[in-house]
Formats: sequence, structure tokens, C-alpha cells
Amino acid sequence: MRHKTFLWFILPSLAAMILFIALPLVSVVVQSMHIEHEQVLVVTENCGPFGCTQESSVDTEATAKLRAEQPLGRFAGLATYFDRGHLASAEIAEAWANRESLGDFFAELYNLPFYKALAFTLTYTFVVTPMVIVLGLLIALGVNRLTPALKGPTIFVSLLPMIITPLIGSLILFWMIDAQGVIGKSLQWIFDDPELSLKASPPLTWITLIVYGIWSGAPFAFVVFYAGLQTVNSDSLEAAMIDGATKWQQIRYVVIPHLMPLAVFISLMQLMDNFRVFEPVVGFSAQANAPSLSYIIFADMRSDITRFNSAAATSVLTVIGVTILLAPVLVRTWRDFKGKAV
Amino acid sequence: MSMMKLSMLGAAAVFMGTTAYAGCGVTSGNVSILGNDFAAIQAVAEGAKQCAGDGVTVESNLNKDYRDLQIAALTANPAQYSTVVTTNAAIVPLIGEGLIRPLDDLIAKHGQNISKNQLITVDGKVMAVAFMANAQHLFVRTDILEKAGVEVPTTYEDVVAASEAIKAAGLMEHPFATTSQTGWNLGEEFVNMYLGFGGEFFKPGTAEPNVNNETGVAALNMLKSLTEQSNPDFLTFDSNAVQASWEAGDLAIAHLWGSRGTGILDAEGSTDEIVSNTVLVSSPTVGGGSTPASSLWWDGFAIAANVSDEDAEASFVAMLNGISQENVKANNDAAVWLVEGYQPSAASAGVLATATGGTKPYPMIPFMGLMHSALGAELSEFLQGSESAEQALADVEAAYVSAAKEKGFLQ
Amino acid sequence: MSSTIANRSSRSLIVISSAFVLLWVIVASFPFLWTLWGSFKVQGDFFSKADWTQALTGTRTLIETGGTFTGKGYEGAWVQEEFWRAAINTFIIVFFTVVISLTFGTLGGYALARSGHNYSFWLLMIALVFRAMPHITLVSGYLLPFFEWNLWGHIPTAIIVLVAINQPFTLWMLHSFFLNIPKDLDESAKVDGCNQFQAFRHVIIPVMWPGVITTGLFSFLLAYNDFSVTSMLLSEENRTMVPAIYGFLGSTQEEGNVMFAVASVVSATAPLFVLVMFFQRQIVSGLTAGAVKG
Repeated sequence: MRHKTFLWFILPSLAAMILFIALPLVSVVVQSMHIEHEQVLVVTENCGPFGCTQESSVDTEATAKLRAEQPLGRFAGLATYFDRGHLASAEIAEAWANRESLGDFFAELYNLPFYKALAFTLTYTFVVTPMVIVLGLLIALGVNRLTPALKGPTIFVSLLPMIITPLIGSLILFWMIDAQGVIGKSLQWIFDDPELSLKASPPLTWITLIVYGIWSGAPFAFVVFYAGLQTVNSDSLEAAMIDGATKWQQIRYVVIPHLMPLAVFISLMQLMDNFRVFEPVVGFSAQANAPSLSYIIFADMRSDITRFNSAAATSVLTVIGVTILLAPVLVRTWRDFKGKAV
Repeated sequence: MSMMKLSMLGAAAVFMGTTAYAGCGVTSGNVSILGNDFAAIQAVAEGAKQCAGDGVTVESNLNKDYRDLQIAALTANPAQYSTVVTTNAAIVPLIGEGLIRPLDDLIAKHGQNISKNQLITVDGKVMAVAFMANAQHLFVRTDILEKAGVEVPTTYEDVVAASEAIKAAGLMEHPFATTSQTGWNLGEEFVNMYLGFGGEFFKPGTAEPNVNNETGVAALNMLKSLTEQSNPDFLTFDSNAVQASWEAGDLAIAHLWGSRGTGILDAEGSTDEIVSNTVLVSSPTVGGGSTPASSLWWDGFAIAANVSDEDAEASFVAMLNGISQENVKANNDAAVWLVEGYQPSAASAGVLATATGGTKPYPMIPFMGLMHSALGAELSEFLQGSESAEQALADVEAAYVSAAKEKGFLQ
Repeated sequence: MSSTIANRSSRSLIVISSAFVLLWVIVASFPFLWTLWGSFKVQGDFFSKADWTQALTGTRTLIETGGTFTGKGYEGAWVQEEFWRAAINTFIIVFFTVVISLTFGTLGGYALARSGHNYSFWLLMIALVFRAMPHITLVSGYLLPFFEWNLWGHIPTAIIVLVAINQPFTLWMLHSFFLNIPKDLDESAKVDGCNQFQAFRHVIIPVMWPGVITTGLFSFLLAYNDFSVTSMLLSEENRTMVPAIYGFLGSTQEEGNVMFAVASVVSATAPLFVLVMFFQRQIVSGLTAGAVKG
């Protein structure tokens, strides 16, 4: 395809992405490298319904003047990236210098908000993604054997976890897993422990979130795999059977290789989405035990004073993290692409 | 106040607004209101809409996330909203960025009916008009306390003792709860407790943090002994969860927002036994202090700086109509109104008692929000028992300092 | 083909596989069925702190409404709170988002699939990185310019933002579909004297529908379930269903109407049911045609 034709075809899509993603992305990167102006503080008397107090206030005029001179704020380079709320280089160096043992060092590391969130986010991503792929494949294989009349309804029901908006889905599940709720009570009965609470301990919260992640992610993998199964070449299956392959061997040597490209596609999407896990953390009120990187961004953005620069830095770190995670898949795609190229 | 009643009232107001003359004394201007979304503010917005008519338009956007919109919406010129309903915490960035205008001239012209204590002044200039108050205070179940043989607690030390007595009597496993969800709620609990102990969050006249001290440790230890009386899920408790537990009869003492009083005292969701024995009392004092360990909040309206004087005047008049005596009377139970003509009810007893006890208002300091977020994020480990109080407070200060540097309050 | 294989496989395998599917169906549908049943109860039952069996029996519902089932949640949401407005807004936004997304996406995806140049690969990769950007950061960045240019709050603004944000996914997916449509088809059309666009119009469009419909389903779900964009960029009268449901949940200040939210969630699922049933065949055949190439 000629360059010019290509440009015309891609133009609408490209324009939308440049305007609404690329330009904001540039602005986010720029802002993450700035911090706000020095605020000129004065002490004023503030009065209200409950009496008067002497409190600090911002001298609006003086600050406005500083702001007019440099609208973006003060340039800070990568300072925000390395402060305590993000990569915390100084704190890590100190913890390493003062460590009593390796465990002690990791405890110090875990005390820093970014690393605490990273620990959960990575665990979540690396447990949920493979589980989703395996579960999705098993469901697809199972549904594929059903009689045609049952297939339709089963597909719809299988899609339900993906369809219900996570905001409400996790809210309802949160009530069900309450110590008094239907799932919580059942678990207490199963484990014979009347004090069992999924919300109180960090490990149980992690498990709950991970189970929810698998539950809500499986339908996507299922739909894609199920479609892939429809194209498995029946000749090769027949041939394998004639060679005396067992059912398991057929799946292992014929079906799975056929589905491999799909698994790559699913893992690409799942890695990315799981690394940005957010709604379940809020829905399950899990921010104490299992904050994620996206939750940190949310907390900066929605606190009493919006910290956009800090949120921007965490966002850029998230994008870098996703890119690192996807690198192996990307390299593979590049080879495929070169292989196909004319 | 049921939603049904409110929306009927709203419908009536709209009807009157469209047919009646512009009865508020303004003849031109565009009024647009941004605010939080709950019954009292809905009532005020509907009241303001009665001023719509020839030449005057009134529209509102009530959104729970109004705080995320307000800065950008008022920074634009002309501002998207001419007036914003705000609180003592939410107003701080608006003042800091110079996005709201002083109201002195408008008050001189139209504000004859505003009582002096409604005016929010900063450095002598009126920046907002408050119309309702809120505070966290104690909700107690008198029947349970009686069975356990204890009085209604007036100090936090009594609250812990009463909870122990209730547990000892085998009445309840976890008799106490407060809004201790990690994040804003937990930060607010520490703020209350620290104020109750007489603490100052910052070194005077500076933005330097001042919580890692004996007072801070005492406040944290009190919080911990309270959460030990609470369900182990306490780090997930927001107001909704505490209210639900209360209505299910799982609690005997709760420290909860006064605005929840109406919902708890109505017949919905709970049994007669629970409702009839629920009493709303002042927030307790702590550590021998004389003022309750809580903080007072107001909701009020401010007028945007980046709108024409005509729109500003129309907005001011319309909002005054929203908090008029008639409108307040019609919505008496929706809030603890600071407006004359308000009749205190059983649901407002706790807030009024807390306010008359000399409780401090939530600090209107530009960097308080950063401290609040740091507190909300860094205290959970201590309450879970995996960190010392000193370490938790050191973490709070470190988190605050890095945020304050980024925002330019510290160098 | 699969049926003949199934016939020959051992009985135990069939039992295990059927049992597994049955288990999955229960796990997948249980929370939804629970919600569906509970949406006809009062809050005190569905979110009972006292005893979860009340959600089944409706103890409080009987006390508060005089029957064990009540339509109050639905009535409250649809009649009193005018949830239908949000439903109409959602319909408009989702319809245009899907149509525009697919139009842009098919053109772009086709070009990416047919261009062998390196830059098309890098474009795809960059689109993927774009997708990694947390939405909440993007949306906060839009606020000031949108307010400044008076674009904020309008439905078209939300539509174009949703289109743009979902474009990387749409492009990626459609690109894989087009890779599966044999190149000979449009090449031979070009030999016959068509230019690239004519080849696309006369040869590709007729065969691309399965892929487009599948991608459309995912675009639909993304727009339908979106919260971060619609909650921050739409004014109150243009609000869509998900932010409206969120609005029912109450705040620190006061309790919301949680049962309105539950009833709305159940109602919001109904159109999706119809949609999936209607397009079920296309969804499967669509993915078959395309995603195989990953």
C-alpha cells in the first residue's frame, strides 16, 4: 500500500488518538516533571459559624504573580519520580544502608506506598493472567462439547461476569462476602471458623481480589478461545485419532498449538488490564491491604487537594511498567510481522 | 426526609418557577450551581430554581464528585458554574487559587436576612455563606447500656469501658464502630481525636507537620483501643457500613455523622426496638480535655470570580432564595440548618450538643488536605498491629512532606 | 466434526467436562441471579447484616411493604429518579460511539493490515502503549481545556473521547481480522482497475461483517460500562446509566437508595441479554475469522 493511501485510511483514527491520547500523554509527561510554585503563606483570621481562628492562608496575589511568570510551575526534572511517594530512591538507599537483615529491608520497602502497591499489582497480574487463560480454555473446551441447543444460553451466562459493570458487581459481591453475607457465612461453615473474615486480613483480601479478577476476566478468554476452537482443522484431529492419540494428546498436540496465537492476544490484553486493576480495589474497600498502582493515582487525584503532578508521575510509571511487561509479547509480534512482510 | 417527598417538592418548585414571575428581585443573569448530591443541597438547588423566569435562568449540576470538577470549572473564563456549594475543606483550594469572589458588596445589597454566624470570612472578607452544619457524634443504644449497667459515655475512656462492659455481659461481640475505612474516613477519625487532645497539626505559622509527638501517639493509641472494640473488618467501614450495622442491631455505640441521624431514626431498615432506644448525644471528650473530640463542618455557597457581576448577583440572590426561611421550614429534617426558623429535631440533637460543647471546626488551612490524605493512607498498619505508633506518625509526616514540597508549601 | 470426536471419547471425560461446565455456569450466574432475586426485596433484606437468609425469605420486605416481593426499587429508579433519561443518554452515546469507532477502526485496521511498512507496526505498538495510560489521568487532563472551550458536559464530547480512548483496542482487533481476509481479494480487484478505496468498498466491506460485529460487541461493552469518562465529562442532565447508578449509592453525608442502584443494575443488563442472544452466531463466527492471528 502506498504511503499516501495508507495515510488517508488511517487519518481519522490517528487524528482521534493524537488529539485525545497522545497530546494529553505529552502534557502528562511534562506536568510530571514540574512541581507547583512556592506558595506565599500569610496568617489570617478566619471566622465562621463556629467562631474565629488564626490560620495560615495562601497570599493569592503574590502566588498568582509567580504563577503568571511560569504557568507550568517550577521545573523539577525527575524529582517527583524519585520522591517518597514514587520510586523513593533516598528512602531505599537509607533502608539498604541501615538494614539488619534482608527481611528487614523488604519490610522497609513494603512500608513505602509505591512498592506496596507494586507488590500487589504484580502478584495480581501474574496470578490472574495465566489463571484466566487456563480457565477460559477449559470452559471453551467444555462448552464446545455441549449440544447446540445448550450452547447459546451457556454462552450468555458465561459472559455475565464481564457484562455487569465492575463498580456494582464488586459492590454486591462485597456484601456477599461480608462475615454476615451468604458467601462469608458459607466459608465460615466450610472452614469451621466463626471468626473468619475475608475483609480483615491482608492475605485473604488478596485472595478475594484475585478470585474476583479471575471470575471477571475468564469470559473474555472464553469467548476468544471458543471462537478459535471452531476453526481447528478437523482433518488433523482425525489424523491424530487414527494414529491412536488419546483425547488428551489430541488437545495437547493439535488444539493447543492452534490456539497459541489467541493465547498471545489474550495475555496481551489481560496483562495490560490486570496491571491497571482498580475498580475491585475500590469496590471491595481493599485499599488498606491491597492498594494497586491505579488506586494510588486515584487517591492523588481525588484527595482534598488534587495532586496532579504526582498522579501524572505514577501514570507514566504505570505506562513504563506495562511496556516492560509486554516487551516479550511485542518482540514476538515484531518477528511475526517481519516474517509476514512483503 | 423521604426521596419521594423531596422530588414532589422539587416538581412543585419547578412548576412555580416556570409560571410565576421572577419573584426573587433579579431580572437578568444566568445562574448555574455546582454542588454535592444529597437531600439538603437538592432542596437548596430547587429553592434557587424558583428564581428562574423572565431573563433569569437557573440550572444545577449536583454530583458526588463535584470537588474534582470545581477547580477546572471555575478556572475557565467565563466559569462553567456561577456558584458552588462547598464545605470548609473543599473551599480551601478555591480560595487559594483565587477562584471565588468576596461577597461583602452583595451582602450589603441583598443580605439583610443572613445572620452573622453564617458568614465565612477570611482575612475580614466574606468568602462564603454557610447554611448547614454537620459533625460526627455518638449514637448510643440506651437499652444495651442499661443491660450492661453503664451510663451514656461522655469521654472516650468511658466509651472503651462501656464497650468492655457490654462484651463482658455477653451482649455483643463488637459493640463499637466508627467510620474507620482506610483513606479519607480514617484520616478524619485521627483529625477528630487529635483535635480532642488539643493537638496542632502544623508548627505555628508554617506548613511544617507537627503530628509525630506525644499528643499524636496518645490519639493513635486511643483510636487503636477503639478499633479493638470494633469488628475486625473496621478498615472497610464507611458511613454506609456503620449505618447498616447499626440498623441491624449489631452496635451499641457508634461515632457517626450527624447527617445520618434522620436515616437511622426513620422506620425503614430497622426494628422498633432499635430505633426507639437510639439516642444521639454529643461527641465525647478525650484525655481529660474539655472539648469534644470531633470537628465541625459547614456547607455553604460561594460565588465564582470568573463570571460577570450580573450573573454573580443573580446567583447570590437565587442561592439566598434557596436557603430562605420558607424553604428551610419545608425541608426542616433534611439537615441541621444554620438558618433562622430551623426547628431542631431528635435527629439533630447530637450535632447541636457537639457544637455547643465548643468543638473545633475542621481547620481551613491550605495544606490540611495534604495532611488528611497522608493520615488516611499511612495509619492502617498501626491499627492492624504491624507497625508502631511512632513509625506510623513518622510515615505520615514523610508522606505529607513529599506532598507539600510538590505543591509548593514546603521547600 | 466435534460431535464425531465426542462420540468416541470416553464416558468419564464427558461427565467431567459437563460437570465442569455446570459448575462454571453456577459460579458465573450465581451473583447475578442473587441480585435479580434481591432486587425485589427491600434494602434491609438484600444487604442484611443480621441474617443473609432474609434476602431469600424477604422478612423485612414483608414488614415494610406487606408482601415478600416489591417493585419499589424499580419504581423508584425508573419513575421517581427518572432513570429512563440516563437510559436514553446511554443509548445515544453507545450507538454513536460504536458506529464511529468501527468506521475509524475499519479504515485504520485495514490500512495497518495491508501495509507492510515498518511504520505500521510501530503505529500498532504505540497504540498499545497508549492503551496503557490510566483513564483517570487522561480525563483529568481534559477538564480544563474542555471547560475553557465550552465543550464540557455535552454528549458529543463524551462520544468522541470514548471513541478515541477505545481506538487502540478497536484498531488492534480489526487489524487482526483484516489479516485473515486473503490479500488476493483486493489485489485482484486492483488489477481490475479499482483504486485502493474502491477495492476496500467493493471487495472487503462485504466480507468483513463478522469481524466488525465482534469488535462492535467489545466497543459496545466498553462504552456501556464506562464510568471514568462519563462521570467526569457529562453534566447532570446528560448523565449515563453507570454514573447515575453510582449516584444512587449515597455518600459520607447520607445514605443513598441502594435498592434503586440494584434495580438499575438488573435493568441495565437486559439490553445486553437481547444483544448477545441476537448476535451470538456472529460473535463466534466473527472471532473465528479474525482473532486467530492474534
